[in-house]
Amino acid sequence: MANRLTQAVTGMQEWFNERAPSFLPVYRKHMTEYYAPKNFNIWYIFGVLSMVVLVNQIVTGIFLTMFFKPSAAEAFASVEYIMRDVEWGWLIRYMHSTGASAFFLVVYIHMFRGVMYGSYKKPRELVWLLGMLIYLVLMAEAFMGYVLPWGQMSFWGAKVIISLFGAVPYIGGALTEWIMGDYLPSDATLNRFFALHVIALPLVLLLLVVLHIFALHEVGSNNPDGVEIKKGPKGNRWSDKAPADGIPFHPYFTVKDIFYTGCFLMICAFIIFFEPTVGGLFLEHDNFIEANRLVTPAHIKPTWYYTPFYAMLRVIPNKLAGVLTMFSAIIVLFFLPWLDRGKVKSWRYRGVGFRVALFVLGICFVWLGKIGSGPGTDPVETIIGRFLTAAYFGFFIYLWVYTAFGFEKTKPVPERVTGHD
Amino acid sequence: MTDTGMHKMQRLFSGFLLGLALTFAPAAMASSEGLPASNANLSDLGSLQNGAKIYFNYCSGCHSLSLMRYSRIAEDLRLSQEQVMQNLNFTPANFGDRIPPSINAADGKAWFGVAPPDLSLMARAKGVDYVYNYLKSFYLDSSRPIGWNNTAFPNAAMPNALWELQGVQTARFKPVEGGNPGEFEGFDLHQAGKLNPEEFDGVARDVANFLQYAAEPAAMQRKSIGIWVIVFLAVFTLIAYFLKQEYWKDVH
Amino acid sequence: MANDGVDMGRRRFLTATTAVVGGAGIAMAAIPFIKSWQPSARAKTAGAPVEADISKLELGQMVMFEWRGQPIWIIRRTQAQLDALPSQDPRLKDPNSEVIDQQPAFAKNEHRSEKPELFVVVGICTHLGCAPKLHAELKPEPFDPDWKGGFFCPCHKSRFDMAGRVYDGVPAPTNLVVPPYYFMDDNHIMIGQMKGAA
Repeated sequence: MANRLTQAVTGMQEWFNERAPSFLPVYRKHMTEYYAPKNFNIWYIFGVLSMVVLVNQIVTGIFLTMFFKPSAAEAFASVEYIMRDVEWGWLIRYMHSTGASAFFLVVYIHMFRGVMYGSYKKPRELVWLLGMLIYLVLMAEAFMGYVLPWGQMSFWGAKVIISLFGAVPYIGGALTEWIMGDYLPSDATLNRFFALHVIALPLVLLLLVVLHIFALHEVGSNNPDGVEIKKGPKGNRWSDKAPADGIPFHPYFTVKDIFYTGCFLMICAFIIFFEPTVGGLFLEHDNFIEANRLVTPAHIKPTWYYTPFYAMLRVIPNKLAGVLTMFSAIIVLFFLPWLDRGKVKSWRYRGVGFRVALFVLGICFVWLGKIGSGPGTDPVETIIGRFLTAAYFGFFIYLWVYTAFGFEKTKPVPERVTGHD
Repeated sequence: MTDTGMHKMQRLFSGFLLGLALTFAPAAMASSEGLPASNANLSDLGSLQNGAKIYFNYCSGCHSLSLMRYSRIAEDLRLSQEQVMQNLNFTPANFGDRIPPSINAADGKAWFGVAPPDLSLMARAKGVDYVYNYLKSFYLDSSRPIGWNNTAFPNAAMPNALWELQGVQTARFKPVEGGNPGEFEGFDLHQAGKLNPEEFDGVARDVANFLQYAAEPAAMQRKSIGIWVIVFLAVFTLIAYFLKQEYWKDVH
Repeated sequence: MANDGVDMGRRRFLTATTAVVGGAGIAMAAIPFIKSWQPSARAKTAGAPVEADISKLELGQMVMFEWRGQPIWIIRRTQAQLDALPSQDPRLKDPNSEVIDQQPAFAKNEHRSEKPELFVVVGICTHLGCAPKLHAELKPEPFDPDWKGGFFCPCHKSRFDMAGRVYDGVPAPTNLVVPPYYFMDDNHIMIGQMKGAA
């Protein structure tokens, strides 16, 4: 019986290989013969988790579009229709809203991991740049998705973010009108954001994700020791030509990722079923009030994943300067591979100056996020915010000076990776 | 299990705890905004039923609940169609219909200055504790056009719909320089109502509880489903853990 | 080479278990998505039972109501029309209403109704969904010289008798559908619901 089954499967594989001979090598290249360093630690699961979330967003998103009405008159009511009248609609919506925040949480940790272990350094600059593009598109995607329920925060968030483009000299006013298709966020705005959110940006996002992974698999994964396993000795139990410190992605990392995905889904399920608004962090209280262009909510703030940048905008008293600072804070990350001149990748073997600075950067980012989500009325907090903004940009200048002029005292990097979990 | 195995499990556990902490912390922050807690409990069916009764007798005259259906209330609060249609529905609406106000919006605006808002999502937008405290915080104020004011929502256009039950309160204010009416000190019961203060607290809690339910009817089911989802995921994750350990025996 | 000292049985067992449990999880996760396509509470309200007032329905006449977007006909049949029904049995495909989906149990009789004279039926031909026309008089018609009253579908010439029973030799496969209904009183029918059902 088992034998017959094996035969049948083998037969089907042969049939398939005969007709699509180039598919199996692609599968091998990316799965069974992709040799990843065996010393990956927990920081290395967030790439896979972001894929899990992406799939969740696409599936739940497709179902939400079946019930959502992309018009200013009907959008708010149609979301509540999903929450109340559609069978299990509430679950589909909470999976989507929780997924949105989980996406950013996972991506932020994934990016921080990249900085910790120098994953953006040669030869992985392209991987980092594609990843940064993914992050930019994700921000646009999430912003437009947040507008769709057409609650008070959707409307006023849209208004504030779109008016940032008004800071562009000369054409600012015309540009904001063009983006909105009106003189304020309106039915036309909602309708075009819907199209971009459900079709255009997801397509771009998928393309970039594929390129990100292909680019990574060309050069191979970095690891917590920052050792290039391809330059090390050859030969492991699976292949004579493979790096000695590499193990096949499938099955070893697939089973590991399945386990961590299970852990991750438990946390997500806890949020979805027990605290879907996360106290107003994932779904804001004011967004349960329908958009009203005549009444501004007491505290307008973007969703938590934008608040570090929003804080920078708010603590700077000049509109154009604030907008430039905010966008620069993102753009500067693109240049990280060239600002960091250090030869050692992993913070395990980098100088104390790097480790402390990275720690400070993390604190700045989180603290700015907290300031950005507050009411922004405390003058002391504004001063702190300016200081933190300066520290954020200071990290990049410091990093260049620290590494380009030989101030960094690194530890010796081992020849081989140092064990595994 | 080896030392490294133990060490790893500890690290995993602490990671899981961190995740939970990240989840809980903001929720805990949001629920303690300085208002006295209502202690409204969605699993208290009697409280929800009583809240519904009071809501439909005292509130639904002016306020609509336009996202709720009578039939859904019957289903979730374990009431029969007859009970709902006779005791809760005082409009010509059908059993499956959404809940309209008894007055029209134009009349409401004429009488109160603003049309009474729809209350379907009020408890989600403002919080259940806010609703509870709002209902308890009406006081006589002759400076207001309708003669009532509210410390939870100063200069609200709404009169105290529950005054028969609560009685009539006046508020004491400590004069503050430049502040009008000053710093709130407390309420005095000017004229007793049908209920004593503890009983009225219960009424306010039940109405707040009912509005909390109406703001998210799915909350009635999601927790009981969620437990089983998490149990299932835990079993799956455990099996996946053994699978991972089995394969990783190959890796030295 | 890669199998040195590996318990392949345990490995296969764990792989299969993970796959089965994971597959079951995905299948269960699919249920809410599949169920979300069911008629929503709004659609159910729009498709709620309809109350029909027949106090003004005269003998031999027909009134039309709408339930779930379908035309529902109520006809007060004459004694002559009822008397003619048994005579048609040999010419019918399903004279005794054996196909159970076509009517509630209470209408599985010669006149296919609860009260003999009052006929409640969905006015949609069981062939391809056209609306048949009522030819109530017992007189020879161009399409049937022995016509004893009934419904004739202009689309594909299907014929039904005064109890909605389909004749032999026409394209329609089954009798016209009798919806669930009950009498609230002598003059009011609740269409779309059986007595006692919530």
